[in-house]
Amino acid sequence: MKISITVTLKKDVLDPQGNTIKKALENMNFKNINDIRQGKYFEIDIDEKNEKKAREKAEEMCKKLLANLVIEDYKIIGQQ
Amino acid sequence: MNSSVVIFPGSNCDRDMAVALKKFGFKNNMVWHDDIDLPKSDLVVLPGGFSYGDHLRSGSIASKSKIIQSVIKFAKSGGLLLGICNGFQILTETELLPGVLLRNKFSEFICKNVFVKINNTENNYFKKIKKNVLELHIAHNEGNYFCSNIQMKEIVDNNQIALSYCDKNGEINEKSNPNGSSKNIAAILNKEKNILGMMPHPERMIDKYLSGDDGVIFFENLLNNLK
Amino acid sequence: MVNEKIAVDHGLKKTEFKEICKLLKRVPNITELGLFSAMWNEHCSYKSSKIHLKKLPTSGKKVIQGPGENAGVIDIEDDDAIVFKIESHNHPSFIEPYQGAATGVGGIMRDVFTMGARPIANLNSIHFGSTQHKKTKNLLRGVVRGIGGYGNCMGIPTIGGQTCFDESYNGNILVNAMTVGLVKKNKIFYSKASGINKPVIYVGSKTGRDGIHGASMASAVFDDQIEEKKPTVQVGDPFTEKLLLEACLELMADDSIISIQDMGAAGLTSSSVEMASKGKLGIELYLDKVPCRESNMTPYEIMLSESQERMLIILENGKEDKAKKIFDKWHLDFAIIGKTTKSNKIEIFFNKNKVADVPIEFLSDKAPEYDRKWKKTKLPIKNKLNKNIYKNLKIEDVLIKILASPNICSKEWIWQQYDHTVMGDTIQKPGGDAGVVRIHGTNKAIATTVDSSAGYCFAHPLTGGKQVVCESWRNLVSVGAKPIAITNCLNFGNPEKENNMGEFVECLGGISEACKFLDYPIVSGNVSFYNETKDKGIKPTPSIGGVGLLKDYKKMVSISLKKAENIVLLIGKTEGHVDQSVFAKEILNQKKGPPPEINLFNEKNNGETVLKLINEGYVKSAHDVSVGGALIAITKMCITGNMGININKPKSLVNFFEYFFGEDQGRYLIEIEKKDIEKAKSILEKNSVYFSEFGITQEKNIVLKDSLNVTIEKLDKANKLWLTKYMDS
Repeated sequence: MKISITVTLKKDVLDPQGNTIKKALENMNFKNINDIRQGKYFEIDIDEKNEKKAREKAEEMCKKLLANLVIEDYKIIGQQ
Repeated sequence: MNSSVVIFPGSNCDRDMAVALKKFGFKNNMVWHDDIDLPKSDLVVLPGGFSYGDHLRSGSIASKSKIIQSVIKFAKSGGLLLGICNGFQILTETELLPGVLLRNKFSEFICKNVFVKINNTENNYFKKIKKNVLELHIAHNEGNYFCSNIQMKEIVDNNQIALSYCDKNGEINEKSNPNGSSKNIAAILNKEKNILGMMPHPERMIDKYLSGDDGVIFFENLLNNLK
Repeated sequence: MVNEKIAVDHGLKKTEFKEICKLLKRVPNITELGLFSAMWNEHCSYKSSKIHLKKLPTSGKKVIQGPGENAGVIDIEDDDAIVFKIESHNHPSFIEPYQGAATGVGGIMRDVFTMGARPIANLNSIHFGSTQHKKTKNLLRGVVRGIGGYGNCMGIPTIGGQTCFDESYNGNILVNAMTVGLVKKNKIFYSKASGINKPVIYVGSKTGRDGIHGASMASAVFDDQIEEKKPTVQVGDPFTEKLLLEACLELMADDSIISIQDMGAAGLTSSSVEMASKGKLGIELYLDKVPCRESNMTPYEIMLSESQERMLIILENGKEDKAKKIFDKWHLDFAIIGKTTKSNKIEIFFNKNKVADVPIEFLSDKAPEYDRKWKKTKLPIKNKLNKNIYKNLKIEDVLIKILASPNICSKEWIWQQYDHTVMGDTIQKPGGDAGVVRIHGTNKAIATTVDSSAGYCFAHPLTGGKQVVCESWRNLVSVGAKPIAITNCLNFGNPEKENNMGEFVECLGGISEACKFLDYPIVSGNVSFYNETKDKGIKPTPSIGGVGLLKDYKKMVSISLKKAENIVLLIGKTEGHVDQSVFAKEILNQKKGPPPEINLFNEKNNGETVLKLINEGYVKSAHDVSVGGALIAITKMCITGNMGININKPKSLVNFFEYFFGEDQGRYLIEIEKKDIEKAKSILEKNSVYFSEFGITQEKNIVLKDSLNVTIEKLDKANKLWLTKYMDS
């Protein structure tokens, strides 16, 4: 089963990369951008047919490695 | 000879490059990224550093800056355009050079001396150069050169590989590859051979008290070829 | 409203809260309480350390600015001055190693360029728990990446440092970062405000809810939204800091700035209060003008935020437009957020309401000062070892085992991740005794080193304190630099415990004594207390950052042996002091006994004479003999120079192992060509320096008749591979 996960910085944490990209886009005449937050996207193919179990495993991976919970949030956004 | 060094927000080898160019006899101008026009130049340099913090992809945001259109025009008309380190990354992002520089194979920043072999001397950068192996310095996080098979065939067929990482005897092998670059590539030229992108920093090796002085050979030779 | 419990949640003592109410003649509101908790905490007020710090030698012929400013300033002749400081970022680095270390590096660089200096070198001293501890590897990796990530992006070379492992840091790692900057003597900027009705300018990044202390998040302030408003770790943005550096230096080129201060710990609170306090002025702030990253920030949050890459400037009237243009050019926020007043108070407004009104002196001069109880550490008695324990040892095995031990092994894996050559003036890279960078465009160079000796300090704080200053001095001498001054980062446990406080007082006593004797004053520094977890404190760890001057960089020497058939002299007397040595700990598994004794007269005399020999041009390479002893020192000289040596059999009666691995102080190894040896010896004799011929250099192998014959390659491998293997495993 393939699980998709995004990891982004927590709401109140400074996102230097997002800021720089926003400024660059504005410089290129893309107006009306309120905010940009960037993050990481993972696709994990787990050898597990049970959806609940696969999600649990993915959850554990997020907590233990993929996300740094001090500054980042993760979201399991889908499976197939 | 007139040279221009472009300063992007986050460039940090701009001064070092200007110092080197002046030392070897160039009359150098510093050019701000927000400017539209380039001063009259025999050589334009995109220096190393972390333009725009290396955000998104190294060199990507710099490749969209205002000055770049003039830089492209200058290069397309045959002017000598040299990109060092982050400058090399900007050149691939503007597609003036093929390929891309990925994260180092062991995904850590590397700062050390390396040896490079000169593969192509039929250009203004390396013509008549005194040595065929130079000891230069690298300092980068993303220097792992990569391109498609089709691009690689073209690069090889057109003799575009300028420098390859090697050992001190000039042997090109896996052990002498510091960052995982395809074919040990340290520098490439465009087809016309007037644009050079290289990861090593010759401007950090311009006297014997530094980590080495093979940069002297590079700059002196370049100036002589332009005279 | 605010009460005693909320004050205690803010880290204030009950007595301190009473004192605040007495001073104000009322109960402070929550914003005011925030100001007090920030200014009265240990970090800003130095309340436990102040009375002891006053005893340190802080002045001298070369000192332009001692402690009390953003950084210390020393004279390096002509119109050049060096600005430097070391600072800790221990706790944040343990919570989030990458960001903690990165923001530590960013903070110390701001302290230096706030004074008008362009940073020219970074160094660091990092201490981790046992290599067996499960957290150590990730913490090390994160910290190293963080230091590199920030310094590399700024384009400032990281030219030196030290890395130590000891189980006392298992729950409290240390990350101390040092920056050295260059400034013209007539262009130094200070934080003292002057003049009334001058605009107060905020520049740099926007303010977010970063780093508002967990302890100060009282439940009264936040109710149902507590999760959302959780305190967040500061994230460093070196790109913005690089822009801030360039923008500040551009504005500093003329005389628009009256005073400038970076917003570090306790952000806007401490910067505004300190500037006003030094200038004996008042200050008015309008917090709605502060550029904020997030919506609905309260005055309390704005005043206490520790968002990075921000500065507070007091500008001359009429210069606002010019200054704004510069910050616009660099895409940085610029806002006029207040003005200086003659009220001697800090008055804070938010949406036209006055939200705080406190006399400046209540926050600064009236902050508490404690003379805490402390306990003396007795000099431990010598650990009497039965000489039989040496019987089964083979010198080659011992040598290799020590070379590959965590505290002695090569740290190349670490410093290769730091850009140490950017700026084009690094003439001595990490791995030697001190890093050296040239003063651009001159014949001068600056040597700099950072040292600590927690093992010695733990065994006997007074001796340890002296030793670490001497070690710093020796490292500078070894490259041919004249030591000028130091900065110190004092990492200790809980000052409310008598033994920890005693360690602090006595280490400081030792530091002070050595600095006075060596004319090596302290010009800046910081104190980091409460390095303890679950009651277990760290070993006392003062980190000393030293700076010295080479008038002619061409005379610099390194540790690499240069040529075969040269004579290596061992300067200083070898008594074979093994207690507290690496040999005792790694090989004999002994932890008892006193650290090696420090003889300040010999230190000074030996060092000055070695410096003389270097300046005469007689010394081809030099290395101070420190941890590991003489055999480890010579091995490092052999490895870096890819040369061998034939070592003379020691004539002294000292036991073989004690002779080669003892850590007696005040010693150096120097390489001299045969043609110069008599001249060199006569200088040594004239100055009554004890020395002996240690060996003769050769092309290959370290040889010691009948006991050792080993290739340099084998030793190099043992030394270099350990850390790489450890990190890969």
